[in-house]
Amino acid sequence: MTENEVRSVAELVTSCEAGAHIVTAGFLGDEAAFATGEGEVVFLDGRKAAAHPGGSILEAVFDGARVVTAGDDGRVVATGAEGNSETLAEVKNKWVDHVALGPDGALAWSAGKTAYVKTKKGERSFEAPSTVGGLAFAPKGFRLAVAHYNGVSLWFPNSDAKPEFLEWKGSHLCLRWSPDGKFLVTTMQENALHGWRIADSKHMRMSGYPARIRSFCFSHDGKWLATSGAEAVVMWPFASKDGPMGKEPDMLASARQGSRVTCVSFHPSSQALSVGYSDGMVMMARMSDGAEILVRGPEGGEVTALAWHRSGMSLAYGTDEGKAGVLNL
Amino acid sequence: MSDKIPVTVLTGYLGAGKTTLLNRILSEPHGKKYAVIVNEFGEIGIDNDLIVGADEEVFEMNNGCVCCTVRGDLIRIIDGLLKRKGKFDGILVETTGLADPAPVAQTFFVDETVSGKTALDAVVTVVDAKFLKDRLKDAPEAKNQIAFADVLVLNKTDLVTPEELKEVELRIRAINPFAKIHRTARGAIALDAVLSQGAFDLDRILAIEPHFLEGAHHHHDEEVQSFSFSTDKPLDPKTFFAWIDNVSQIQGPNILRAKGILSFKDDDERYVMQGVHMMFEGDHQRAWRADEKRESRMVFIGRDLNQKALREGFEACVAQ
Repeated sequence: MTENEVRSVAELVTSCEAGAHIVTAGFLGDEAAFATGEGEVVFLDGRKAAAHPGGSILEAVFDGARVVTAGDDGRVVATGAEGNSETLAEVKNKWVDHVALGPDGALAWSAGKTAYVKTKKGERSFEAPSTVGGLAFAPKGFRLAVAHYNGVSLWFPNSDAKPEFLEWKGSHLCLRWSPDGKFLVTTMQENALHGWRIADSKHMRMSGYPARIRSFCFSHDGKWLATSGAEAVVMWPFASKDGPMGKEPDMLASARQGSRVTCVSFHPSSQALSVGYSDGMVMMARMSDGAEILVRGPEGGEVTALAWHRSGMSLAYGTDEGKAGVLNL
Repeated sequence: MSDKIPVTVLTGYLGAGKTTLLNRILSEPHGKKYAVIVNEFGEIGIDNDLIVGADEEVFEMNNGCVCCTVRGDLIRIIDGLLKRKGKFDGILVETTGLADPAPVAQTFFVDETVSGKTALDAVVTVVDAKFLKDRLKDAPEAKNQIAFADVLVLNKTDLVTPEELKEVELRIRAINPFAKIHRTARGAIALDAVLSQGAFDLDRILAIEPHFLEGAHHHHDEEVQSFSFSTDKPLDPKTFFAWIDNVSQIQGPNILRAKGILSFKDDDERYVMQGVHMMFEGDHQRAWRADEKRESRMVFIGRDLNQKALREGFEACVAQ
């Protein structure tokens, strides 16, 4: 298929210049915002909130009303739609590497080997065996998955019980729970994913990627896991109780020659997803027939952030060169 | 590639004077800004630079057939630093006195993001002229750090006699005959002797040629040896790559550093390569010049290497 045949909606995109590496994109209310490597939250209309003055944002998570950012200044900061920032936590002389949001306003963050959880009841911490690679709250029950070397610890912050340990050799980074909480998947330092079925800790190895997987996302119904790190989106089937074990992944939305998928984000309510590439291109792809719609051409920079508005009618993207945009359908 | 951020690794046994040298580098009026990755806060007192604390977490990584140890904390820190690319000109990594430099160096070859955006410039090892003799007896780490170095800063030379200094240099040369040695007192050294060395840049392997020309003689240390082999007969590339692949798999864990400049049969370009433990990389560098001798040379620095097997293997690569 030549590019001319792909439908484009690029004319519906409003773009803006964030001025620095975009770490995460999201929406505060109906307005798109971008967390950057210069410690700022940049809004589509050009407003900037200095969430971590002089610092850098290492990870960010949006909850619709605010964006909570982890900074190399040792602070966890919440920024609202008005650009107002509030420090939620602070760790002296350390980078706050990761942050996650849980049920009832629970907040988790990590600095080095220590993971922290703050709820209305107070603050607790958990010492991981090695540096924390990522954090994710389970969709059900108050449980935090903490990725580290050689596995994942499942910590119940409200209980004194020893965390459950899911073992697999190697360095585990980002984590995703399937929406039903039955599966947990990590990206690894190696070019592979590892997954566990929570009920029996059964392993799922997903490998064969040419690059490190930096972005992965479950579909809203949990039937598919979309992943970056290859020349096309690699889609692992999770519909059956065995997950992807013994099944072949599907491929979707191939990159142009010499480019690679760097970012994926599922539509919040349909079997379609947005895909970002290492040449700056952004596409939407439909799973049923593989149809593709161009959102941004290969204009350079690597796509590092993609996020849908919860209505599914807007899509925000950002690149490592600070180019940001929002598609309004 | 020039747009990659240069990384200098600073090692040295406890008390050799690493921190003094680091402070010296940072306080020179070089007009550059460095991101400095250290293990202990507090000893570095420079406001202008970005100081980051590290944990020296080493883990084993398995990518295909290459298995090696890397510094996970470095990958994480450099990932973070790259989010504010353009805010600094170089990265300095200070290791603890007991650290093995290999996992640090390997990190810059193995991780795609790190190797894509930064380039290891050189491993600089600070050596205490007064106490090195004792360290070589009781600290295998000190020996590793010397064997691994591209640049050796022989510090505290004001505390020893000229005879003692000579003796120390001989000991160092027995372990690593290829690194550049600079004598200093209190870490006083010109920055251009430490920074921008390009020691891992295949294009600049040319710069180490004078050392290669020292020929096939070798030095004796109890555990760490260095060998260089050469031949003026062109090599068969197929045989050579099969051999070097085999060497990296079998002797890789014991090879600290390897470098080579190679002349292949029916190939008018010089091939250069280097290796750290099991990881070897190489490329055609440029056409052989009419006025230079087409020779192949390889040098290995390592622990308990089988010299006979290496020599015979290398010689068997000569094209028939």
